[in-house]
Amino acid sequence: MTAALLLIAVLMLGSAAAAMLRRNLIHSALLLVASWTGVAAFYLWAGAEFVAFAQILVYAGAVSMVVLFAVLLTRQSREADLPIEPATVTRTASAFAVAASLAAVIGSAVATARFPAASAEAPAASVKQIGLELMAEHGAALLIVGIVLTVALIGATVIASNDKKRDPEDAP
Amino acid sequence: MSAAADSFLERAPLELRDWAVQLLPAPLQWISHHLITIVAVLAVFGLFFAFTTVAERKLLGRLQNRLGPNRAGLPKFSILPWHIRHKLFGLSQPFADAVKALTKEDIVPAAADKVLHFLAPVVVVGFSLMTFAVLPFGRNLIPVELDAALLYFFAAGSASELAIFMAGWSSRNKYSLLAAMRALAQLISYELPLILSVVPVVLVASTLSTSAIVQAQGAWTFGVLPHWFVFTPWGFAGFIIFLISALAESNRSPFDLPEAESELVAGHLTEYSGFKYALFFMAEYFGLTALSGLGVTVFLGGWQAPCELLYWVPSYLWFMGKLILMIMLFIWVRGTLLRLRIDQLTRLSWQFLVPLALLNVGNAAFWALTAQWSGPLQLVRWAVSAAIVIVPFLVIGRSLSAGYAPRTYRYAP
Repeated sequence: MTAALLLIAVLMLGSAAAAMLRRNLIHSALLLVASWTGVAAFYLWAGAEFVAFAQILVYAGAVSMVVLFAVLLTRQSREADLPIEPATVTRTASAFAVAASLAAVIGSAVATARFPAASAEAPAASVKQIGLELMAEHGAALLIVGIVLTVALIGATVIASNDKKRDPEDAP
Repeated sequence: MSAAADSFLERAPLELRDWAVQLLPAPLQWISHHLITIVAVLAVFGLFFAFTTVAERKLLGRLQNRLGPNRAGLPKFSILPWHIRHKLFGLSQPFADAVKALTKEDIVPAAADKVLHFLAPVVVVGFSLMTFAVLPFGRNLIPVELDAALLYFFAAGSASELAIFMAGWSSRNKYSLLAAMRALAQLISYELPLILSVVPVVLVASTLSTSAIVQAQGAWTFGVLPHWFVFTPWGFAGFIIFLISALAESNRSPFDLPEAESELVAGHLTEYSGFKYALFFMAEYFGLTALSGLGVTVFLGGWQAPCELLYWVPSYLWFMGKLILMIMLFIWVRGTLLRLRIDQLTRLSWQFLVPLALLNVGNAAFWALTAQWSGPLQLVRWAVSAAIVIVPFLVIGRSLSAGYAPRTYRYAP
């Protein structure tokens, strides 16, 4: 079991590291998908079937598409291998600042989290139980997430829509 | 009923597997148990794919007033003194096609991304085969029993989008890339109504497990009217939405824009040849078969017999029969309807199917809440549920087609 966990961890971290190192943005995006699939494999290893499949459906199915579309539609250069400009001091400093604050947040969350001793047998959480928990106990969180996503969606549409009058010659 | 459930034919496939497993030494039994299941699924659905292509070509031929393939017979084996001259009605055509595809030259464009170009067909076939794992083919025949089977099915199916993107992008061909983007737009648009059309069933059956969903449809009124979900107002609407979305998800006519050969060369498959092309072709049919199987499982009662008298027929025969009917329906649709334009395609999904599917979820919630209504209230329940289906269909349909229909034809005097 531990060997499987190690394998999953190596695959997950390896593909994430490779995604950082690749110069080709599409390769990075696809490697990121591999990393997300690794996370799903970890959930499967931990016995959380439902979360694992949801992870694949949402990340490998939907978020990957958003990333790929964003990469393809925003890139102006026709070259596939986008030259990355040499790092400036401000860029390096901001990268370090972001990484440090992220590490601090995650580190404090891990440090303060209480890990109850695992029970001898895994609790058989059925889909129905998960649904009831989500809707009853964590209903507020679910609603807030929904509202945030809707706001993001509307914001994206507003930014994307250009108000320029269309040339009647271009009309389909 | 229980006698029929344990009849010899019902248990035969499992008994055969167990017999084969116990022949092997003990350490190999666990793995061979699963391998036999995998090989059985591959063999059955590989052959099913082969004969689907013949059926499709023959049926399309008949629909277009031609004969279709009827020449491929048996080759002359040199060890045999005689030659079977019968043409076998052209049924050996797929095997000839397979040999042709395997022996064709595999051309990889010089500018292509070699790794992704190779990986795309592998990923698409692999994941489309994985979807078969959770379909209950018979009363006791389900490769993997999962609590979240439906979620697994859609998760495995979503990988085909990535494969199409990989194929289109790695070919380094502008037609491939353009077509891949169009294909992705189509797949994303239709994934939503596809999943939403299945949600009502999950709501009413209150489970995501495919075998439990089939169990929930296993009863008859007066012994002849099966309690399949398609025979309820919400189930019927869900089934129709599912059919349309399944057609679009498997890139079949009238939604075959991704490889509209007259407009986009061959879409994301332009730079593929030989066996890699055949793999994409295969994955498309596997996807279609798996989606049809899901439709049968979720709406058409799975392996349940249509009436109580026919209960003795083995359950897997019912499943395969319904599956074949679904495939025939899809071939018929391909021979009948014309291809849509891309704007019509996306409009159909977002403005018509998604709202109807969302309303249908509410409809199923109403159905689940009124489960204990009986007597005349039952009629009210059916009427309200049918109204939730029909009224929005008419209203949205009328408003979308306003100004387009009825079409008038004017002829020169």
